[in-house]
Amino acid sequence: MTMAAMSELDVNKEPPVSPAPVEEPVDTTRKPDARSPHRPVSGQLTELLDETVGNVHCDDPFMTARDVNVYYGDNHAIRNVNLEIGKKEVIALIGPSGCGKSTFLRCLNRMNDSIDTARVTGDIRLDGMDIYSKELDPVALRARVGMVFQKANPFPKSIYDNVAYGPRIHGLAADRAELDNIVHTSLERAGLLQEVKDRLDEPGTGLSGGQQQRLCIARTIAVNPEVILMDEPCSALDPIATARIEDLMDELSEDYAIVIVTHSMQQAARVSKRVAYFHLGLLVEVDETDRIFTNPQHKLTEDYITGRIG
Amino acid sequence: MKDANSTRMKVEAGLQRRRRKERVFQLIGLLATAVGIVFLGVFFFSLIKQGASAFEQTHVRLDVEMSSEALAPDGELDLIYADFDGVIRSALRNLFPDVTGRGDRRELNQLVSIAAGYQVRDMLVEDPDLLGGKATIWVPTSANVDMLVKGKIDPGIDEAMRPVSNQQIRWVDQLETEGRIETRFNTALFTNGDSREPELAGIKGALMGSVYMLLVTVALAFPIGVAAAIYLEEFAPKNRWADLIEVNINNLAAVPSIVFGLLGLAVFINWMGLPRSAPLVGGLVLSLLTLPVIIIASRAAIQAVPPSIRQAAFGLGASRMQVVFHHIMPLALPGMLTGTIIGMSRALGESAPLLMIGMVAFIVDVPGGFTDPATALPVQVFLWADSPERAFAERTSAAIIVLLGFLLLMNLTAVIIRKRMERKW
Ligand SMILES: Nc1ncnc2c1ncn2[C@@H]1O[C@H](COP(=O)(O)OP(=O)(O)OP(=O)(O)O)[C@@H](O)[C@H]1O
Ligand SMILES: [Mg+2]
Repeated sequence: MTMAAMSELDVNKEPPVSPAPVEEPVDTTRKPDARSPHRPVSGQLTELLDETVGNVHCDDPFMTARDVNVYYGDNHAIRNVNLEIGKKEVIALIGPSGCGKSTFLRCLNRMNDSIDTARVTGDIRLDGMDIYSKELDPVALRARVGMVFQKANPFPKSIYDNVAYGPRIHGLAADRAELDNIVHTSLERAGLLQEVKDRLDEPGTGLSGGQQQRLCIARTIAVNPEVILMDEPCSALDPIATARIEDLMDELSEDYAIVIVTHSMQQAARVSKRVAYFHLGLLVEVDETDRIFTNPQHKLTEDYITGRIG
Repeated sequence: MKDANSTRMKVEAGLQRRRRKERVFQLIGLLATAVGIVFLGVFFFSLIKQGASAFEQTHVRLDVEMSSEALAPDGELDLIYADFDGVIRSALRNLFPDVTGRGDRRELNQLVSIAAGYQVRDMLVEDPDLLGGKATIWVPTSANVDMLVKGKIDPGIDEAMRPVSNQQIRWVDQLETEGRIETRFNTALFTNGDSREPELAGIKGALMGSVYMLLVTVALAFPIGVAAAIYLEEFAPKNRWADLIEVNINNLAAVPSIVFGLLGLAVFINWMGLPRSAPLVGGLVLSLLTLPVIIIASRAAIQAVPPSIRQAAFGLGASRMQVVFHHIMPLALPGMLTGTIIGMSRALGESAPLLMIGMVAFIVDVPGGFTDPATALPVQVFLWADSPERAFAERTSAAIIVLLGFLLLMNLTAVIIRKRMERKW
């Protein structure tokens, strides 16, 4: 048994609540020699999938994930995922509930750090930079990789302060006028300005659900990130608000890379350039959106998009 | 169709029983509440009935002659040695010229509190021109006369069984018919420290002692408790040590308070050499006592902050400090403050640990600082309750009323702070 294998076993024996260091959950396992032996994928699954089908690569990769594994205690939630995300591309993550879409998304801006039991191994790079490197401060990463959550979560502060918060903590505005400007353009781009421009000092929590979600998007783009992660941003919205946000994503994709988790095939088809299909922690298939929906390579993908799974 | 019907019938069959259960439960709840309220009512009623009279003190009107021969035989008023009591005595003698015997005179003099002499002195200090003139003043009676006038001593029982003699009762009756007796607001209760004489005894010393102690306690326990709670919730790694600390803090909250007093005695007084009976030490001990309460309440308040807020802030790239101070603290502060005030209320009511660090001494002077000897309100209650004089009984109740008022004020503050700061999310 190799040293690497032994250390892996030791790690696996730890009880679920065992302390993964909160800031740097990957340190010990991330040395290149210690990385390779992953827990064996269960027999049935290995049969289902040797390797992700389709094409995980893209022309102009901006974020790359290689051999990513995520464990919640003993639960192996993401298994050996390889994926490239292109510059200014919208990629949709789809798959049945519990397959690990949110988990994978959270790896991309290290939001898993705050989950005590979560442990991430593998190599994720943003523009060539290892985002799990020890020297990297997640604060700096999250300024570049913004996130919009499934449930709108505005701060219990004014609409203005909600949007201004990111620029403020990162010192993006030199003076009040510049901050005003950022707030206005962000709200404008999120398609919310018209509705709230007369009540910027009212609490953000007083808006409707759809407005709150757009406020959260405005808050995220106010920091001017390079990648935006969206976890089912429209799941609580009506078709009109959804259409608005989809338009917004179209527009945003001119400047940003967007990774969106969605349960709606139609939405994935409408907004994304590429689609990644996850199944029980495995990345089954990645391809151009058209190809996935017209001509899926893998049976699981086909079953899912035709409504036989999930 | 048949199935649907049977479901309906089953539900309806059970409905009666469910309703009955609900009614019974409501009734029990109502009863429990009523019992609680009745007990509380009885407690307050008896307390106020006992203590209300302590807020008044019987006074007697005397015509005193500030004769220069008596007060300043050398031509100059000597504030320390001049015989102010003599002035009062002669005023009494003038009222009852037929009392001549030594023993009778002494009994006569016992009608008036020794505070009367001080009162004359204070008048002369304020206005030296009074020397040589006459003045009509209201002076407090002795506690026994006070009790008699308030009807707390039964003149009907055997003379040997009561602290006032038959002739004293006669004199008081005469004074009353002459309109020289009056009950007035008992200012001494709020302006004096403790005293052996009930009519001179006040709670100011104990009140100030309590205030100083609480100042020390809040200044120490609030920042330390909140900082500890934030550290444990937000920064500490969640491992076996954290669990151990958590268990210990919870246990600490349940440790009998007297143990903290022993700890204070050993550490603060014997080892660190801090003065005995000082509010500083009392405050330190009470901080130890309230810390676990504050930590537990603050942690609960932090945990109650919705995780979505935390996530939103982290997702925008806020550092942990920023998340804590921009988002967690403002939302958790009302809960933290409520916990602190609950802890303070508990500290205010503690007497056992204070006994261990010498705050149970008889202290006449009102403390003027954190290291002056002092007692605290509950200790004062204990001391007075222990006194044999009848007049201290009502003062005990009065002190309890003041203590409860203080507590009520603190809890009210807690409620107001809560209401003011509570935010919706
Ligand atoms: N915080 C957590 N702690 C422990 N296990 C978790 C945690 N979050 C997710 N998991 C587990 O990881 C697996 C993947 O969860 P994840 O939330 O990524 O699924 P998902 O694809 O986003 O599902 P959904 O579509 O329902 O949102 C699940 O088995 C889940 O139980
Ligand atoms: Mg999810």
